[in-house]
Amino acid sequence: MLKIGPLSFQSRLLLGTGKYPSFEIQKQAVEVSEAEILTFAVRRMNIFEPSQPNFLEQLDTEKFTLLPNTAGAKTAQEAVRIAKLAKASGLCDMIKVEVIGCDKTLLPDPIETLKATEELVKEGFIVLPYTSDDVVLARKLQEAGCHAVMPGASPIGSGQGIINPVNLSFIIEQATVPVIVDAGIGSPADAALAMELGADGVLLNTAVSGANDPVKMAKAMKLAIEAGRLGFEAGRIEKKRYATASSPKEGMSVG
Amino acid sequence: MNVIVNGESVQLQDGIENVKDLLEHYDIQDKVVVVEVNGNILTSAQHQSTRLSDKDRIEIVHFVGGG
Repeated sequence: MLKIGPLSFQSRLLLGTGKYPSFEIQKQAVEVSEAEILTFAVRRMNIFEPSQPNFLEQLDTEKFTLLPNTAGAKTAQEAVRIAKLAKASGLCDMIKVEVIGCDKTLLPDPIETLKATEELVKEGFIVLPYTSDDVVLARKLQEAGCHAVMPGASPIGSGQGIINPVNLSFIIEQATVPVIVDAGIGSPADAALAMELGADGVLLNTAVSGANDPVKMAKAMKLAIEAGRLGFEAGRIEKKRYATASSPKEGMSVG
Repeated sequence: MNVIVNGESVQLQDGIENVKDLLEHYDIQDKVVVVEVNGNILTSAQHQSTRLSDKDRIEIVHFVGGG
């Protein structure tokens, strides 16, 4: 069970809703993923073409928890505004703080992310900041009262997987709130590794929406996250330099 | 009156007096949208009571796909 603030979830997969080939494929992917938390962005509506289809309208919003992001914000102030706009919809109290500090790498601005987190916690939001894999920053975000920390595995949409498992494991070790690995996941193996390292959840989007078969990949990610979590709970063996026989040495009839 | 809606200058016809009227004018009253008028973010309960004035800056936002 994944607990974020006052909310509990069976699924440890959080799914993004961007860049799917079609709404039909997206709906199927969401269904097979069994994700309960879906992320969204907040944008100006094209009021001159209001009939444009919108994925949210095709969802039973009672069945999902919406996690809007503050993507597009470059300052804490902008992030807080986007969060308040999202909350005014009456559909959600959670917010993914995303304050980008570099257009090329899409890496987060640590200082503005912390400021936005502090402000939104004060405002009563359930706050999930997207952060780099900086161990000290993750601790400061916890101290600011965030409800989960979401370190990136690697740059957003890059599919490079977990490029710093050591930092990630330090963040997990010191965590007092759930750690959700967000961004950069490319394959089911990456998602499983995040969970094996002890992460509480994985947030991904492009790894599914950009796959040749998004529906099949959604299923693969669900299974990988479950497998990784079970592996973590089971406790893996230590790595050894040399072999250790699995079969007994005694009672051999040969030699 | 003349207002700015999502960055575009728009001439509103007579009879559009509040935010609820504006959403009905664009036929988006049943959609999930959030409206901000001159920097004030409104809940849907405030749409009818929020009167519009000349030169108001109005933002109408909604949820789109994102990660």
